Amino acid sequence: MRIAGILLGGVIVFLLTFAMLFTAGWTAPPIVSTQSGYRGTAMDQLTTPAIQKALKAANVPPDPIDPASPDGDKATATYQNVQVLTDLSADQFNRVMLGLAAWVGGEQGCAYCHNPDNMADDSMYTKKVARRMLQMTRHINADWQAHVGATGVTCYTCHRGQPVPLYIWHTQPGQEVAGFAATNDGFGHPNKTNGSTALSGDPLTPLLEAKGNIRVQATQALPVGYGASIQSTERTYSLMMSISKSLGVNCTFCHNTREFGQWAESTPQRVTAWHGIQMVRDLNAAYLDPLQSVFPATRLGPLGDSPKIYCATCHQGVNKPLLGVSLAKDWPELGGVVTK
Amino acid sequence: MSSYQNIFTQVQVRPSHPEEGVAVPHMTRDTGAFFVDLLGKFGNAQIGPIYLGGLGILSLTFGFIAFEIIGLNMLASVHWSPIQFVRQLPWLALEPPRPEYGLKIFPPLNEGGWWLMAGFFLTMSLLSWWARMYRRARALGLGTHTAWAFAAAIWLYLVLGFIRPVLMGHWSEAVPFGIFPHLDWTAAFSIRYGNLFYNPFHMLSIAFLYGSALLFAMHGATILAVGRYGGEREIEQILDRGTASERAALFWRWTMGFNATMESIHRWAWWFAVLCPFVGGIGILLTGTVVDNWYLWGVHHGIAPAYPHVFPAVVDPASGASQ
Repeated sequence: MRIAGILLGGVIVFLLTFAMLFTAGWTAPPIVSTQSGYRGTAMDQLTTPAIQKALKAANVPPDPIDPASPDGDKATATYQNVQVLTDLSADQFNRVMLGLAAWVGGEQGCAYCHNPDNMADDSMYTKKVARRMLQMTRHINADWQAHVGATGVTCYTCHRGQPVPLYIWHTQPGQEVAGFAATNDGFGHPNKTNGSTALSGDPLTPLLEAKGNIRVQATQALPVGYGASIQSTERTYSLMMSISKSLGVNCTFCHNTREFGQWAESTPQRVTAWHGIQMVRDLNAAYLDPLQSVFPATRLGPLGDSPKIYCATCHQGVNKPLLGVSLAKDWPELGGVVTK
Repeated sequence: MSSYQNIFTQVQVRPSHPEEGVAVPHMTRDTGAFFVDLLGKFGNAQIGPIYLGGLGILSLTFGFIAFEIIGLNMLASVHWSPIQFVRQLPWLALEPPRPEYGLKIFPPLNEGGWWLMAGFFLTMSLLSWWARMYRRARALGLGTHTAWAFAAAIWLYLVLGFIRPVLMGHWSEAVPFGIFPHLDWTAAFSIRYGNLFYNPFHMLSIAFLYGSALLFAMHGATILAVGRYGGEREIEQILDRGTASERAALFWRWTMGFNATMESIHRWAWWFAVLCPFVGGIGILLTGTVVDNWYLWGVHHGIAPAYPHVFPAVVDPASGASQ
């Protein structure tokens, strides 16, 4: 009995130690910290050489494509059925098509969107989507410089050579429960979006498919009526976890965590992020959601909604997509023109 | 010869027959007690006699009902999959009603009704367990210190789950059931109300919490250290102060000039432990009801220091804009 007890205790201690050492998902040192805020405010960013190396390998810019002259015949004069890139020369148009084949076409290249027998044919849904995405790219570069700055975006920023970007989202049916069991409003189930917390499982649908601010903190010391609920606080918190994961940064990249809501205590990046949230809402509402009728059923979510974008779609784990390399400056064809 | 000088238990004091305790009027002596060697390594090897009684049965029944409501709802939330139940257990929740239900006593079962029922039965269970502790202490002719210490914890529980939500007019302000859900609630609660660290009663509660740990460590260390002089017989030392007590007192006078006495150290410990949830409950009660943002309250009252600005001036992009 006594020996058995000691043995049992030993086995339990061994298993717990083993589980703690080898299953907890540690980050291997050395941890490199970079201070950003005033001393004592704990505002710094943490990373490791291994993480940096992996991010560098995952964010290689595409091969450059020689510039094309804006002079010469217009694309509309050379090709049939040109609807969006009407301002480009035929050379510039061909350059964009080369880029699209490399950035978005995947293994099929041109044939992913075009009918090889008749390039002007609009029968493939992918061509209709690509046309809208070209308008979206120009819209971002022209109208959303508050978020993308002069760095801008190209198709490659999100697509990285693949027809479907790696990071997209659909509204999920959630943990529907049968009968009269508690629905819990979608709380209490960990996933990648909410950073493996028990917070709201889908902060993207209620907050990114919406208008208005997501802020929850009171702006005065004393109450003036019932403010934001704990539930909406947890939803915003969950979205913040998603942003943090998408950008590979912690809270203090934007906030002084002693008071998340105070703009005067925040970093300039918070303003950029605020415009980013507005941009994602605009792009989903104006470009992605309306494509619902164009996409085939296989491209739609379980509830039949369009694939949508969020921070990770472009950022892919770094605070500056592609580690800050500007592709758009080499692509006047994709920017500088206000569409709509 | 063995002595109590080690930090591990080396000696099990075990009588030949289980101790029956003092004779209590109007009670039949029910032994049924036995020894467990392994438990003797941590505490007293004797298990029992256990007194269940009417209040105990009531409390366990209420507690079981609450446990079942919470557990079965969690199991339903993973579609009755035992594997997912085990995998996701730390995350699984039973959430209070949404804000739009206010203080409705009978919201739909699946939208907070179960939470209210679980809360009711858990509260009844805690209260009857409290009454049981009070009555058992009285039956043995003891003071009721344990019951009142437990009441301090129940006060914090009731403030979080009942009194404050009622004052706020929304059950949705209350804490969900669940391991991570209640922790995430805590983080969200602090963020929503402008950082609880600037709440003075939260500060006091932390001081009493850490203070309790410090006092327990000091007291435990002191008694173990004078165990070789019979210091572990604390009650005896209170009545008949021996060399263990004298040496312990001198040690603390030497090292920090002041010492608690053999009896007052327990008063220290009791008050620190009781005040931790008591002042914490006051802090929670004031949050949202009379203070909406503790950081701004702290700035107003000179608690929150101003740091030099190291970033370019940041202005709320939504201010003045139509967005």
